[in-house]
Amino acid sequence: MIKEIAKGLAFTLKKMGTHPITVQWPEEQKPVSPRHRGRHILHRYDNGLERCIGCELCAAACPVGCIYVLAAENDPKSPISPGERYAERYEINLMRCIYCGYCAEACPTEAITLGPRFELADYRRERTVVTKAELLEAWPGFTEAQRPPSPVGAGADQTGREELDPGVRPRAAWAAQEKTLDTETAPLPGALGVPVDVPTVIEPRGTRRR
Amino acid sequence: MIGPDDLWWVLLIKCGVLVVFLLTAFAYLTLAERKISARIQLRYGPNRVGPFGMLQPAADGLKLFFKENVAPAQRDKVLYLVGPSLAGGAALLAYAVIPWGTNNWFGHEFHWDIAHVNVGLLFILGITSLGVYSLFLGGFASNSKYSLLGGLRSSAQLISYEMAVSFALIGVVILSGSLDLEKIVGSQQGLWFIVLQPLAFILYFTAAFAETNRLPFDLPEAETELIAGYHTEYSAMRFGLYFLGEYINMVTVCSIATALFLGGWLPLLPFHPFDWIPGPIWFLGKVGVLLFVMIWVRWTLPRLRYDRLMNFGWKVLLPLGLINIVITGAVVALRA
Repeated sequence: MIKEIAKGLAFTLKKMGTHPITVQWPEEQKPVSPRHRGRHILHRYDNGLERCIGCELCAAACPVGCIYVLAAENDPKSPISPGERYAERYEINLMRCIYCGYCAEACPTEAITLGPRFELADYRRERTVVTKAELLEAWPGFTEAQRPPSPVGAGADQTGREELDPGVRPRAAWAAQEKTLDTETAPLPGALGVPVDVPTVIEPRGTRRR
Repeated sequence: MIGPDDLWWVLLIKCGVLVVFLLTAFAYLTLAERKISARIQLRYGPNRVGPFGMLQPAADGLKLFFKENVAPAQRDKVLYLVGPSLAGGAALLAYAVIPWGTNNWFGHEFHWDIAHVNVGLLFILGITSLGVYSLFLGGFASNSKYSLLGGLRSSAQLISYEMAVSFALIGVVILSGSLDLEKIVGSQQGLWFIVLQPLAFILYFTAAFAETNRLPFDLPEAETELIAGYHTEYSAMRFGLYFLGEYINMVTVCSIATALFLGGWLPLLPFHPFDWIPGPIWFLGKVGVLLFVMIWVRWTLPRLRYDRLMNFGWKVLLPLGLINIVITGAVVALRA
């Protein structure tokens, strides 16, 4: 009995000397998996056009009905998306969302994906319904002046139309990332050029002594 | 002779200092407990309130004060309050006779204790036994099955281990020939009693775990079996008093162990530079080491089953204590 007690005490004493494995959130963050299903992101094409064409398939696929899409006709002169329609309003009730990812599955243009953000608590209920402005991928180079004339769009001349560069497709990006990169150092997926406010790299061990 | 110890304002200052010390010790023991347990479990422990979580005890105290007092409707109204008051009061009272050192200032002997009782050891044993009443009365007055079970267990356990404690201490009393804690410490000049009485020290320290209701002997409050045992129905500061009693009891038993076995305020080695450090610092240092051991053991060993606990107390600790007394007495008698 004495031997076992001594053994146990020696073990705990040894563990006292080792470094804690706790990640000190929010100062430190672990990178999330490339397939993490966090808050949604509405993507753009590389030329700045929104991928979303306002088809509302995501809203139809949503098992809890937390997505609201109000589609509007594109102005052919300056279209917002390369389809006939675009989403004038796109809102997701994050309190109701179950993060199943069916919206992303249903989307024909891969416009919506579930991103890496998971810190979604808020003090005000109203703010948990996120609008299109919050969901939409930022596009730093985007201004009205630089906006390229779209080759597609309602009523546009279809002759001589070039095939639109689809950009990097999110699912292809995921697959590539999972194949090539170590998750510890991988840039976050779903990012796809999104300036994501979640740090991706853990502080080196030993610096977070507290 | 009237010394500085008998002046009323000196006494008052001593009382004030001791109470502040004990309450601070209680507060930071809770923090130490959480920090050490955290490190054993590869966590950080509280580190958000103040640097290194140093203000966590203050936050906890505030919370305890402002919480609602929830009490069972069918409780015994008087005893329900007597329980926690006794727990806090007895814990504070026992510390009055523990000496931290002596100084000779301006030709007067100065004692670092509040009451210089010449049967101090007996006084401490008596007062700490009073703690059983707080646990049992609390458990009984709550009128709840878990509380009652916890109270029953505590009385059985504490009475059993009280015997082991007393038997372990008799060896020291035989060697020093006194119940006066200052004289006991004085007779350890040169050789601490832990060297002469290693068995008694181990017996005492083991029984001390049971006396303070700490793991592996925390049967009275065994969370997994009894929710929280005798203090299940207590909340807010009433619970806080039980909490306080438990931690101050820890300080008390460690102080007794220090005074009786580790040479009290005597330095590690009786020459320079060890004796430049003042006695009370030595005393507190030794108490601190013992407290660390108590916390360390708590987060290492699992809880004993109740019958094993009783077996261990009556069939192991008590006979060993008796053997220790016989051997010590025989050696002392033969050498005299």
